[in-house]
Amino acid sequence: MQQLRFDISHNEPLTRDIFRMWLICRSEAGCRALKSVQAGQFANVSINGCFLRRPISICDIDDRRICFVYKVVGKGTAAMSEMKQGEELDILLPLGTGFNADNAGERPLLVGGGVGVPPLLLLARQLISAGKETTVVLGFNTKQDIILADEFRSMGCNLTIVTVDGSEGQKGFVTNALRLTDAGHNHTYYYACGPVAMLKALQKELGISGELSMEERMGCGFGVCMGCTCNTQDGARQVCTDGPVFDSRQLIL
Amino acid sequence: MNSRLNISLGRLRLQNPIIPASGTYGFGLEFAKLYDINCLGALCIKGTTVQPRYGNPSPRIAETEAGMLNSVGLQNPGVDKVTADILPRLRAVYHQPIVANISGFSIEEYVQLAKQMSDAEQVELIEVNISCPNVHNGGMAFGTDPSAAAEVTAAVKAVSDKPVFVKLSPNVTDITRIAIACEQAGADGLCLINTLLGMRIDLRTRKPVLANKYGGISGSCIFPLALRMVNQVSRVCQIPVIGCGGISTASDVIEMMMAGASAVEIGAANLTDPYVCMNIINELPQLMDKLGIDNLSDIIGITAR
Repeated sequence: MQQLRFDISHNEPLTRDIFRMWLICRSEAGCRALKSVQAGQFANVSINGCFLRRPISICDIDDRRICFVYKVVGKGTAAMSEMKQGEELDILLPLGTGFNADNAGERPLLVGGGVGVPPLLLLARQLISAGKETTVVLGFNTKQDIILADEFRSMGCNLTIVTVDGSEGQKGFVTNALRLTDAGHNHTYYYACGPVAMLKALQKELGISGELSMEERMGCGFGVCMGCTCNTQDGARQVCTDGPVFDSRQLIL
Repeated sequence: MNSRLNISLGRLRLQNPIIPASGTYGFGLEFAKLYDINCLGALCIKGTTVQPRYGNPSPRIAETEAGMLNSVGLQNPGVDKVTADILPRLRAVYHQPIVANISGFSIEEYVQLAKQMSDAEQVELIEVNISCPNVHNGGMAFGTDPSAAAEVTAAVKAVSDKPVFVKLSPNVTDITRIAIACEQAGADGLCLINTLLGMRIDLRTRKPVLANKYGGISGSCIFPLALRMVNQVSRVCQIPVIGCGGISTASDVIEMMMAGASAVEIGAANLTDPYVCMNIINELPQLMDKLGIDNLSDIIGITAR
């Protein structure tokens, strides 16, 4: 973990309440920190006027830049959405334990729900460049909520879109779509991030091992306040350091 | 080391008054990766209980203007694991005094914890937590009644070779009554304040933000209240007071010491600025120059005199 300063280069709405922010790192130390980022890790962003930092999943990185795709859910993220190009942010990163791409096997399945989709993008990029046959199933409430579909498609993922109201792609939840499309795919492993109800359903229905990314309100984001505890087969674990990504069979949801 | 920052807590000498508060610094190991934690005056570890505790359901964290609420509920691995596994790891990287914060659910548990911690190497001070607002049938129940507070203090004092400081709750009508009861029961010092019980409601769900409904408020919003209570207590007690509550800058430290604190604990600020303790220690000499303070020990309680 390092405390770094970044400059906002873009901040744009993707949907009515989801925004994408690209930030440029000023220092060489920061660029080195970016290189060490593991897909599924997060950053803790300091926001003027808010006491606590805001934990935001890392959607993408390149040599000097980092990308957050975040949903406006309260005061902090609303303030983020109004920030302009050139503004500076104080960020702690990288934080937490991310996805382990080494577990993927040859035909990994990635499942994302709503604002749980962003951390899967960096993972998909890694898996595709490692030559994996990568299937991605993304669920949203409605057509207007769809994010990052073009990004997943253009990198060569086998993409299925699901909407609850059927306004785009298959109708229903990701689990409905998986029941229909999963047969014959013979997925080797899965990675998922999204609402707890979705993670629970996947844990129950998918007969393969996988990793689930959790979300929780955090105090510190680096393992000292015990604010973001979840329950596992091994007892209490911290979402911020032991997670946010956990072995699907360890997590008690 | 700058001797101008030296202070004493009874017979214990500290290189400076900066102590990270219990529950905001873990067991120091995460911070040791960021900076040399040997710069601290002392280090107060996560509140420890006899049995391992999971703590309360999540969410446990909420925010407020200039502060936060927590309802962690004393999650910790239990005293056996802390003394056998965790303290040795801390001692490998940290060589200043350790403050052991202990929380019991009965007098017997406080006594057992005090014995085990008092025997632990490098633990130089026992901080008796009778003020945790987030657990039932323990914690704060002992801290809101003067006779119960005195009983815990005397029992712990009887078995501890190390100085015993009692951490007081602000959730009382008159904190000086509890403070005096602890002093008369033999406490070597006091630490105040713990968090104030508060609440937030999610307007959309119409339910409390915290799963445990209520939680302890900390952060800079409670600083003036903590300052007032430290001042009140230090005027009526002879034993040293550790000031705690909303301190986040070097000037807050000076202000708290002028009010009567011999040392300070830094709490919630560690969560939002992980380098805050180190930065305060580095900034103190310059601020003292500006204010005409030769030695920090000169200003303790100067406003109360």
